[in-house]
Amino acid sequence: MSNILATLRLTKGRKKLDITDILAYLYLAMGVIIMFVPIIWLILSSFKSSGEIVKFPPRLLPYRQETVMVEGYEEPLPLYVITFDDGTTQTLAQVRRIGLEAQMIDPANPDEIIKVNINQRQPVERVYFGLENYIEGIESFDFGLYLWNSVVVTVTATLLTLLFNSMAAFALSKYQFRGRQTIFIIMISTLMVPLSVVLVPVFLVITNVGWNNNLMGIIVPAAATPTGVFLLRQYMLTIPDELIDAARIDGASEWRIYAQVIIPLAKPALAVLTIFSVMWRWNDFLWPLIVLSRSEYFTLQVGLASFQGELNVQWNLILAMTVLTLLPITLVFGFLQRYITTGIATTGMK
Amino acid sequence: MSVQPGVKHKATGSTNRPFNSLYDLIINLTDIFFSLIQRIVGLRNMPYIFVLPNLLIFGIFILFPMLLNFVYAFTGGSSFTPFDRPWVGTENFDRLLACENYLDPHTCNEDLFWRAVYNTIGYVVFQVALMVLFSLITALVLNRKIKARGFFRSVYFYPVLLSPIVVSLIWKWILQENGLLNGIITSLGYDKIPFLVNADWARSLVIFISVWAFMGFYMLILLAGLQAIPADLYEASAIDGANPWQSFSKITLPLLMPTMVVVLVLSLIRAVQVFDIVFAFTGGGPGTATLYIVQYIYNYGFSSPNKLFGLAAAASLLMAGVLVVLTIIQLVFRREES
Repeated sequence: MSNILATLRLTKGRKKLDITDILAYLYLAMGVIIMFVPIIWLILSSFKSSGEIVKFPPRLLPYRQETVMVEGYEEPLPLYVITFDDGTTQTLAQVRRIGLEAQMIDPANPDEIIKVNINQRQPVERVYFGLENYIEGIESFDFGLYLWNSVVVTVTATLLTLLFNSMAAFALSKYQFRGRQTIFIIMISTLMVPLSVVLVPVFLVITNVGWNNNLMGIIVPAAATPTGVFLLRQYMLTIPDELIDAARIDGASEWRIYAQVIIPLAKPALAVLTIFSVMWRWNDFLWPLIVLSRSEYFTLQVGLASFQGELNVQWNLILAMTVLTLLPITLVFGFLQRYITTGIATTGMK
Repeated sequence: MSVQPGVKHKATGSTNRPFNSLYDLIINLTDIFFSLIQRIVGLRNMPYIFVLPNLLIFGIFILFPMLLNFVYAFTGGSSFTPFDRPWVGTENFDRLLACENYLDPHTCNEDLFWRAVYNTIGYVVFQVALMVLFSLITALVLNRKIKARGFFRSVYFYPVLLSPIVVSLIWKWILQENGLLNGIITSLGYDKIPFLVNADWARSLVIFISVWAFMGFYMLILLAGLQAIPADLYEASAIDGANPWQSFSKITLPLLMPTMVVVLVLSLIRAVQVFDIVFAFTGGGPGTATLYIVQYIYNYGFSSPNKLFGLAAAASLLMAGVLVVLTIIQLVFRREES
């Protein structure tokens, strides 16, 4: 820590670090630990074997025991370091264990069996990042299917959201028509009423439309977000009307004005809405949970929730699947970080 | 991707020929259809065509269910179709609100509802206070001239991106009986703590985890508010000989107040609706220690064997009433500021 502070002092030139700077860095360091260690721990744990993951106290890194192939034995044998009574140590492979006694052989001299007490042996281990949990998890968890469902939902819902919301925002910002104000106010007033308070009737509507256990049931209702309409309308209000008039004089249809004048100019707002929509749909849980009850339609979030609710929870597989679930959103964040942070900061919405 | 070429365009930074021509092709094709519509309905009515898809979905899946909720709340029985449900007036509300002593859930007709209400109030008070406090401190720290500000900001923001299920799994894994935290505690020579079994621990941890998960979001809003404060105000106060505390309490705090109110109300509205993180983390337990109001609605509407839709709808209307009040307060504050 003192090294870090020293370098900071150097790079800051003449200006010295005062006490508030030090406190600020201490706070940030604490914060990084609390915010990020859980995620690092998740990733490290996801590589541990089912045997190691239940060990207590847990170890930081995933380890696997070294094995060796010995002539005359079909399976690879686990390696141990044996501490003999006289204090000497030797690396031996274990053939079998009977009660408190283990039968070991020297890999270099496989014919002679050495019997030792099990307390005398220490497993030979090395840090090992294997993909076994990921492979087994994908097989037993139907990861591919859930991933496909999640991708279908996220992509189509986002495209529909962008199309429908931008059309509505265009009409609400660039036309004078009867009912405009009413439509806008009704939409905005539902901004604050969450889905959670209308669960039962929404479920009834979806059932009657026939979208129960159908991905349409989570794609279509989510497309008409009031948030998106609001965001895009506010942005489109800043686009000068002269552009529209000019296009109209040139004989462009209203649809062309929307698609080739307004949409290209509303790119920044559309980018923000795209990010929001991907985030909403990818992480959506409550709506899919009530609409989808058959596992072949589960999205990743619902699948993950039901997977962890099963009787004998296999943590090593769940953790691996959790890492896979947060991978796509992390990549999106990595590439679009600037848009996300400025988007949220300027709109105050999530 | 066809409807939003702009995003891609911007991301690549250069012209994107095949993509643009594909977009033009789609526009040319759809324009045949929409020009025809424009000829039929006339230019004056085109705005209605543009709002129609959004309005239709909005009406069917958001507005109509909201109105239906009233039908459920004032009818009884166990039927799911509104027409088969007998009118019971305010019976559902009476049942929810019947209490001998409102401070003691045991004396209430629906004691679970009142437990959920008290749990929610406790959660909201502590969660919102901690949320505002920590997002403010973090925003203030990140607003200073510090190294690697972008990195720190990303680290604090990252959990916001995670789904509630992932958040709860991450923390369950750390807090379980043989988890990382108990490993550290025992290695320091203390006994294991039953984090997920003890009611007080479960309550506090639910608050901690939700602050962990959402703090970055409010921090960003506050950071934007801080950066909107003109720098020359600070320079002027420094010339006048103000100490850091004076410039904080006389410049930063008053000018940040509007943003603080937004953060306060947004986090309040969100906290009242707490559901998914808790649902996945404790499932409402141990016992009813972390049973909150939305989960009460969910339990009655969807997961209990005899589904009392009327009761669930009545409870959700009561909650919607609280949210409407909160929203109005926010609007009043926003108007005052402008």
